[in-house]
Amino acid sequence: MKALYFAWVRERIGLAEEEIAPPGDVVTVRQLIDWLSARGEGYAAAFANPATIRAALDKTHAGPNAPIGAAREIAFFPPMTGG
Amino acid sequence: MAQPPAPSVHVQAEDFDPGREQALLTRGRRDIGALVSFVGLCRDEDGALESLELEHYPGMAEAEIARVADQAFERWPLQGLTIIHRFGRIRVGERIVLVIVAARRRADAFAAAEFLMDYLKTRAPFWKKERRVDGAAGDWVEAKSEDDAATERWR
Repeated sequence: MKALYFAWVRERIGLAEEEIAPPGDVVTVRQLIDWLSARGEGYAAAFANPATIRAALDKTHAGPNAPIGAAREIAFFPPMTGG
Repeated sequence: MAQPPAPSVHVQAEDFDPGREQALLTRGRRDIGALVSFVGLCRDEDGALESLELEHYPGMAEAEIARVADQAFERWPLQGLTIIHRFGRIRVGERIVLVIVAARRRADAFAAAEFLMDYLKTRAPFWKKERRVDGAAGDWVEAKSEDDAATERWR
């Protein structure tokens, strides 16, 4: 699946997007965050405080317990500051 | 009763003309009694800010604004709606966002406009980074808890 990162999540990871292939036991958004956090320092820094991380599955907001299912795209970003 | 036209949603780098957008929304219409227009501007934070860099999630920004617009149509009897949100570099004094709500009655137009702005601030995928006058590296603007509280009151 494609992972997208925005704002300071993008800056800390050092990537705007990448292809990821999480193992089968990664079922929820929260589990994917834990899996990504273990990939390196930048990821660990980006996801250090899960309360400040928002996610979207196929361009729709998704909570930490949402199942990733067959989503083709997952995005991680800080709380939004538009308007 | 004729169906109101679909909401007009635009996410763009370019500036917009609120007067022109109002004229477009009301052109040829005889059913609209109230038009509420909100324009969000880039303020200078007491002289410290030079500009904002607005990052957005292409595709989701449009989709999420459209979802919020649909909710407004479900909650209030509206006759039309235009939402424009800019991205990219926006200097102090420039326009960032436009919401125009057309309704038969002003109470519905005022309420829907406030609802839309509250929801856009907390649900539309945009992030602001500051560029400061002194050239120092700016910070990402932090989400405000009062914005979350403002959104919560509509639940």
